[in-house]
Amino acid sequence: MAKITMREAISQALMEEMDRDPAVFIMGEEVGVWGGTYAVTKGFYDKYGADRVKDTPIAENAILGAAIGAAMVGQRPIAELMTINFAFSAMDYIVNQAAKLRYMFGGQFTLPLVIRAVGGGGRQLGATHSQTPDAIFAHFPGLKVVSPGTPEDAKGLLKSAIRSNDPILFIEHATMYQVRGEVPEGEYLIPIGKSKVQREGSDLTIVTYCKGLELSMKAADELGKEGIQAEIVDLRTLRPLDMEPVLQSFKKTNRAIVVEEGWKSYGVGSEIVSRIYEEAFDYVDAPIIRVAQKEVPLPYNRTLEQAALPQVTDIVAAAKEVLK
Amino acid sequence: MKKEQLLDLYYQMVLIRRVEERGAELYQAGKIGGFMHLYIGQEAVSTGLIAAREPRDRVITAYRDHGVALNCGISANEVMAELLGKATGMSKGKGGSMHMASVEKNMWGGHAIVGGHLPVAAGLALGDQYAKNDNITICMFGDGATNIGYFHEALNLSKTWGLRVLWVCENNQYGMGTAVSRASAVDEIRQKAEGYGMKNAEVNGMDVLAVYEAAKESMDFVRKEGQPYFLEVDTYRFRGHSMGDPERYRKAEEVKQWQENDPIGIFNKYLLDKKVTTRKGLDEIEARVEEEVQKAVEFAETSPEPALEDLFKDIYAE
Ligand SMILES: Cc1ncc(C[n+]2csc(CCOP(=O)(O)OP(=O)(O)O)c2C)c(N)n1
Ligand SMILES: [Mg+2]
Repeated sequence: MAKITMREAISQALMEEMDRDPAVFIMGEEVGVWGGTYAVTKGFYDKYGADRVKDTPIAENAILGAAIGAAMVGQRPIAELMTINFAFSAMDYIVNQAAKLRYMFGGQFTLPLVIRAVGGGGRQLGATHSQTPDAIFAHFPGLKVVSPGTPEDAKGLLKSAIRSNDPILFIEHATMYQVRGEVPEGEYLIPIGKSKVQREGSDLTIVTYCKGLELSMKAADELGKEGIQAEIVDLRTLRPLDMEPVLQSFKKTNRAIVVEEGWKSYGVGSEIVSRIYEEAFDYVDAPIIRVAQKEVPLPYNRTLEQAALPQVTDIVAAAKEVLK
Repeated sequence: MKKEQLLDLYYQMVLIRRVEERGAELYQAGKIGGFMHLYIGQEAVSTGLIAAREPRDRVITAYRDHGVALNCGISANEVMAELLGKATGMSKGKGGSMHMASVEKNMWGGHAIVGGHLPVAAGLALGDQYAKNDNITICMFGDGATNIGYFHEALNLSKTWGLRVLWVCENNQYGMGTAVSRASAVDEIRQKAEGYGMKNAEVNGMDVLAVYEAAKESMDFVRKEGQPYFLEVDTYRFRGHSMGDPERYRKAEEVKQWQENDPIGIFNKYLLDKKVTTRKGLDEIEARVEEEVQKAVEFAETSPEPALEDLFKDIYAE
């Protein structure tokens, strides 16, 4: 097993799939000459040329719309949104087109499309550039939403996404590109729509994904020092949602918290908590707690921003609360 | 233009340059975070433009907004404090570099979504049209912003409804790392205004007086005719797109060539050649700026952080 960064993992996945299948190409703002705003596609422009690494105008509607069209006629575009915040500038293409075209035309169209987007706060980028709106996108049937929390998952899931014949929104986190992790040697795929236990424990279940996984792992270490064993279930895919590992874990621990970076109201946590209550009510020993972002647009000021974002200490406190 | 006014233009341009040079140092020192886009090289654009407005005319721009804020009369203290995220910044530390605004100074913000503020600018003008006054809205944006739908929707609406907007495209040759010709169907951006039957002109953005004259003329038109106008301003940013730009997309020689065209240098020479003032006179202005900026840095550094409970303030009006 090699230890690589999240950036390298994503970059490798893109490269391996581009090498494997000539139908795969990348389009987005600054993906080419610049090498990707987050340096994920550094070197791609020289290796694959302008035809396969397409710098686009600043035109999110055209980027997604054109990617959808190219996918419909059999190409396998990877459309990159410089940040997920700009998805709001092209919401129609995600919601009314990508998520619906196949169903609405009786299954005639196939959209092998990946939309890569960077989300997340914590970099003092202000209210419009720091959002974690994952739950919104997971709302729409017809779209799949993947958001990995480790380099291993990022690579395997992205490769699966590129090979998938459905439109997939692949959400990365802006503060996680330097996160290192073990990645299997050689080629591997990780199936979309499968949650995973990332850490075993018996006292409580922490359900989370993406940035929340990084924070929860740290919180679990803290809790471990006090003799509390947290089990961490990583959703990895928000839609379709795989509740099986969550329910299995919960039936063992009977106590859970849900950790996400986005806002609490109508969020991922709300969905998970409802599902547990619907499907495992008899196993509930304590009210489930959601750890999430405070209900404010993120401010620029660093102290305020950090106060609004969920922290390791919040997770530790919530874990102790459900164990009371 | 009167001597005092000419010297004031010089003062404003030097002020922007020094505020940003100090800002860049503070950024390197870790006292400023997030994205910071410098206006260095483009100072003549907003300086000339805003000098031509009446105070009742509104200004709105993109995230490259420090210069625009200063030209609109927001103090260096407030600009610096906002950069440092302090409670004394005009946006109370919540906006940062990209979000400077002052309703009092008729500056309606720096906006961070490319092109997003153009329809809003049309709306400012719509509000004024509805109020039956003849205020003008000056809307500034980059070359890159002319490729997004917002731009086209806003231009079309402004012409169709006869809104008093002066659209000002600051063509600094690149949108991030993408040269105009790689992203825009036409190199001469003002041709896009032609498609909407909108009167337009192009002006050298390194010459503050040329910008001023063009702005005066176009604003006269907008006010009198009750029609929008499109001004393309040719300029160049001397620094990276934002702090930490590796600048792989352009050659050092190209930057150097444009730097020889420094708008402050050009105007400095003009003021001396035309004997508007002496070297000593200009030195005095520069010293005054130096002191003002030093004070602004001290003000910002000693200002309080926003209080923790301010996190929940200003989410709603009610
Ligand atoms: C809708 C949207 N897409 C992408 C971005 C990211 N972005 C910020 S600035 C920029 C380049 C804009 O170039 P231009 O309009 O020429 O302005 P300049 O920076 O040159 O002043 C891009 C792509 C954004 N902020 N908003
Ligand atoms: Mg530009």
